[in-house]
Amino acid sequence: MNDRTSAPGRLLHAPEHLLTREQLAAAPDARRGFLRRAFATASAAMLAGAAKAESAVGDPNILELPQHSLALGQPVALEGYGKPSRFEANLQRRQSPGLTQTRQASVSFAPLQGLFGIVTPSGLHFERHHQGWWDIDPSKHRLMINGSDEQMLKRPMVFTMDELMRLPSVSRFHFIECGANTGMEWGNVAVPTVQYTHGMLSCSEFTGVRLIDVLEMCGMDAKRARFVLAEGADGSSMTRTIPIKLVKSGDVLLAYGQNGEMLRPENGYPLRLVVPGVQGVSWVKYLRRIEVGDEPYATKDEDVHYVDLMPDGQHRQYSSVQEVKSVVTTPSGGQVLLDKGFYAISGLAWSGRGRIRRVDVSVDGGRNWQPAQLQSPVMDRCLTRFTLPWTWDGKPALVMSRATDETGQIQPTNAQLRTVRGKRSIYHNNSIQTWLVQESGEVKNVQVA
Amino acid sequence: MFKSPKRALVIALVCALGANAADKFPGIGRTATPAELKAWDIDVRPDFKGLPKGRGTVAQGETLWEAKCAGCHGSFGESNEVFSPLVGGTTQDDIKTGHVARLLDPSFPGRTTLMKVSHISTLWDYINRAMPWTAPKSLKPDEVYAVTAYLLSLADVLPADGELSDENIADVQKRLPNRNGKTWAHSMWPGTEFKGTVKPDVQGSNCMKDCGASPRVASLLPDYARDASGNLAQQQRLIGPQRGLDTVPKNKPAVATAPATKPVAELLQQNACYACHQIDTKLVGPAFKDVAVKYAGQADYLAGKIRKGGNGVWGSIPMPEQPALPDAELKAIAAWLAAGAKP
Repeated sequence: MNDRTSAPGRLLHAPEHLLTREQLAAAPDARRGFLRRAFATASAAMLAGAAKAESAVGDPNILELPQHSLALGQPVALEGYGKPSRFEANLQRRQSPGLTQTRQASVSFAPLQGLFGIVTPSGLHFERHHQGWWDIDPSKHRLMINGSDEQMLKRPMVFTMDELMRLPSVSRFHFIECGANTGMEWGNVAVPTVQYTHGMLSCSEFTGVRLIDVLEMCGMDAKRARFVLAEGADGSSMTRTIPIKLVKSGDVLLAYGQNGEMLRPENGYPLRLVVPGVQGVSWVKYLRRIEVGDEPYATKDEDVHYVDLMPDGQHRQYSSVQEVKSVVTTPSGGQVLLDKGFYAISGLAWSGRGRIRRVDVSVDGGRNWQPAQLQSPVMDRCLTRFTLPWTWDGKPALVMSRATDETGQIQPTNAQLRTVRGKRSIYHNNSIQTWLVQESGEVKNVQVA
Repeated sequence: MFKSPKRALVIALVCALGANAADKFPGIGRTATPAELKAWDIDVRPDFKGLPKGRGTVAQGETLWEAKCAGCHGSFGESNEVFSPLVGGTTQDDIKTGHVARLLDPSFPGRTTLMKVSHISTLWDYINRAMPWTAPKSLKPDEVYAVTAYLLSLADVLPADGELSDENIADVQKRLPNRNGKTWAHSMWPGTEFKGTVKPDVQGSNCMKDCGASPRVASLLPDYARDASGNLAQQQRLIGPQRGLDTVPKNKPAVATAPATKPVAELLQQNACYACHQIDTKLVGPAFKDVAVKYAGQADYLAGKIRKGGNGVWGSIPMPEQPALPDAELKAIAAWLAAGAKP
């Protein structure tokens, strides 16, 4: 390998993933040692194109025409349902080792570190199952609407999927976040990457029927109705209590569509409830029944789980709104920055109370903040992408983001949150995340005081 | 498909509703039958609305528990092998107050179901709809009463000879250890039904410049925790502003390879012997073959000459000393020469 420093211009600035492990080991010390560590495990696919000799003449990737420029490519419809590039295989939803003992009552985290914009590809949408998932025959799926007593509705009804899909539909972008997202970090730093700290978060365009339209078809007693109970058709038959106020606003949807296609089985195919701004557990999957009632239900996931333990020993019950929150995804934990110089800090902000009004970013651990640019669209109870130009000088940096929503609520620090709610809540941790960019380029999950 | 009398009933009902929402979408949906409602309307509320009549004793529950529940939850609901423990952490005093005192103790490990649950209806409803784990909804109502009774007996809510039924369940509720342990005084319910607070309880700061004291890293993820989630290099995109950190435990440095097992040709190569010597031909120094003939069987002598170097034996160009050559390699090369310098 030539000495990079003696080459003209930037011609020898070859991507490290094209070098073999041996070449990297033998490389002159023009490169930082940490890069070697980061790139040593580049995929075999990337290594296949390796070992092109660098020269002062130019980049061999330009000078030597690649096979794809010289031969016939693949035909149409080779894949009836297209897949991501083979070079993208690292971005998968993943379990956090040791978090649960059974994969049927578990969670997989979305790889936020690699996503662009605000929409989560459906195949990377986080999963949370309480008793395993199913791929249900939609022709046999039914939705029942009933009342907690016979006077609550003029008549209880049953709908097929055919019928629901004949009704007028709406399509809306909303985030869904598990109430336990970032729960592992309540007491202290626990996991290395944004996938595990914040990956129980996804955002999709959902298509479906407004629940209120269907309840009105049933002749709901709008004066007596105070709650609805949503119930799933799977083994757990998940149940959650939803306030009638939210239903009456037209926000709650009986959704069958997600990002232009039907829901994925892992996300509730063929029907799920969409409850904007509310924690994911209320978005009941495989939705089979809605009961309109006058009293709350205190279901298992309202009386045993998804309750927030406060310092006084009381549990908050029916705490459902996902409050204002944000996280930087580039750079984020477990990454290694390529070099000093320019980066676009980028991240996600969201609030269960409405739109994001602003996001501030700090690179000095919260001492000084700069307003980030919000990328459009900025939608109600939806992920918002923010970005801030940053030139890294190679010195340690503490990167943070702080969101403010349209109600004026500002995302708190760990300390501000813990002062009120203690350290043992598990749920609803919306505090500011800090990433330490070390001189080596490695990004670490830290908490600052 | 529906038999015509039912269809007629649907039409009649739809007509009876008059000009309201039902008319907006003709042909969509139908009235649920009583049998359908009974099959699916299984929820039980805290006020026991929806609770079927029935009864089960602690003793009956224990038998069922051992057969259907203990595998995951342990014989006494104490196991954490598969799920969080159900039983433990509650006291007789908690049964009196309705507040589990251990919830105030940050050092108490974990929270069991019976430390948290505030309604027997919650237990009954959940066991009925979702248990056993691999055969949900297979228990009959009396069996659900029995299993619930056994579970409650493990926390002394019911005596060992006790029974739970639709008749006494409201009284047993009054002994649940954490029955008073919930609060609705917060702002995180997206409705007005619970009369919680309006203002959020936590608010961040909008300071932009010179905020607070200089930040200090209070805690940093230790390497063992960083490395416990698989190889992060394989969880990041292979192109873009950054790569993932390689967190696979590195192999320990290879134990120094016994040089005798390493081909001498490789030792000669790596120690630059070939710079001056060849096997058969004189180059700068003598051919290895010639050395081998002259000093056949004299490995120790050869080792000393290689180490210290010298001149005069094969000409005036000196052989440099080789102080960095490892002993084992020195011996291997000397032995090879003494044995004939066979390629």
